[in-house]
Amino acid sequence: MSRVYQPIRTMMAREWSAYFNAPIAYVFLVIFLVLSAFFTFGVTRFYESGQADLRPFFFWHPWLYLILVPAVTMRLWAEEQRTGTAELLLTLSIKPGEAIIAKFLAAWLFMGLALLLTFPMVLTAFYLGEPDPGVMVSGYLGSLLLAGAYVAVGQFASSLTRNQVISFIIGVVVGLFLLLAGFPPVTDLLSQWAPPWLVDGVAGFSFMFHYDMLQRGLISLGDLVYFASVIVVMLVATHAALSRRLGRA
Amino acid sequence: MIRVDNVTKEFGARRAVDGVSFSVEPGTVLGFLGPNGAGKTTTIRMIAGFLKPTSGTIYVNGINIQQDPVGAQRDVGYMPERTPLYDEMTVEAFLRFAAEMRGFRGKAREDRVNQALAACFLEPVRRQVIETLSKGFRQRTCLAQAIIHDPKVLLLDEPTEGLDPNQKKVVRDMITTMGRSKVIMISTHVLEEVEAICSRVIIISRGRVVADNPPAELTRGGARLEDVFRRITTTEEV
Repeated sequence: MSRVYQPIRTMMAREWSAYFNAPIAYVFLVIFLVLSAFFTFGVTRFYESGQADLRPFFFWHPWLYLILVPAVTMRLWAEEQRTGTAELLLTLSIKPGEAIIAKFLAAWLFMGLALLLTFPMVLTAFYLGEPDPGVMVSGYLGSLLLAGAYVAVGQFASSLTRNQVISFIIGVVVGLFLLLAGFPPVTDLLSQWAPPWLVDGVAGFSFMFHYDMLQRGLISLGDLVYFASVIVVMLVATHAALSRRLGRA
Repeated sequence: MIRVDNVTKEFGARRAVDGVSFSVEPGTVLGFLGPNGAGKTTTIRMIAGFLKPTSGTIYVNGINIQQDPVGAQRDVGYMPERTPLYDEMTVEAFLRFAAEMRGFRGKAREDRVNQALAACFLEPVRRQVIETLSKGFRQRTCLAQAIIHDPKVLLLDEPTEGLDPNQKKVVRDMITTMGRSKVIMISTHVLEEVEAICSRVIIISRGRVVADNPPAELTRGGARLEDVFRRITTTEEV
């Protein structure tokens, strides 16, 4: 069994060290932490809300991830294609599918580290009052799943091109679509002429709807399946795009 | 061993490789020659399991590469054209990565890395970041990852391109030594190299095999290999 996972583990370790060998990791972590604190305390007025919970903190994550996750994922395959290392990698006895999973897991784990480093938020909330730990756990779970979905989208964008800038833009646009499909201004606009089932259908397709549920402390199988499906669909799409681009199909 | 059986590769409407067949036994250093764009790199990439043939079959050590690419790749070392490497890693870290990908752990991994470093004369730069290496060291780092698991088949796409004469000699000597027990296939357009190290030559032109002989046979009667090459690869044109 461990033989099967060995190439995935080895590649994950390499990907992980690639973040920290280049300054990407530090730049990302600092910007993510500074921005999430700024939005939480400066914009949403965490202290004035009179409630000791992390809603004002999690509220910003979909928007932060929208810009920051594609910055982490844009190089995943674009760089391998540009420098030709994809050729080296995929002849080292690893299946392309395993390589895609390894890159996804490494990037997701990195996002997990970023989330872990937001622990002072939790301490602050407990210091100020008596927050519901269940809602907090579900909030973090939602944020982690959301990050995973963005990472999968970003990796897909990166497989489509050898240019990192294009990869970044595609990642942001696809992410924005999945985000806005459930955003109240868009659903309100849609509900003026579309039947309710269609509005719900489009909204149900969105990150926002499922993320919101988890932020309210409601962990339902449906939402977990939703995020898992987005991730799986994106990994499969990455595989297809990569096979085609590299002439392996 | 390698067996290539009537292999064709098309990119859209362009046929890069057109019905190529040959087989190579251990103990052979095969020079794979041809003008630029003749299909050398495409053929090698298919044998390495990076590209899938449009039709035909390729066996590496008896394993059908289309059916079991990962299994076939296990005993193949491959040095791609233009030596792509993970530039931000050190030579040592990169070779550790390659060894681990080939299934070596712990002490076995360290032994492999040390052997490859020694075989390719990379000790002086083992802790250097790949990005900062000179062309010669870069080339040898790529060669080191190809031989790290002591594969039965070694595919080298223009292994001495861009090296100075001293570095070329080092690489050629290594190939000659390893060629006694392995199948080594070298793509090149440096003809002197072929005469120096290859025991067999295949010339490919416009995706087809146009000659398959030992170099001595091609140059029999005092002909220069360069003239033979030009005659064979230009007759079809114009």
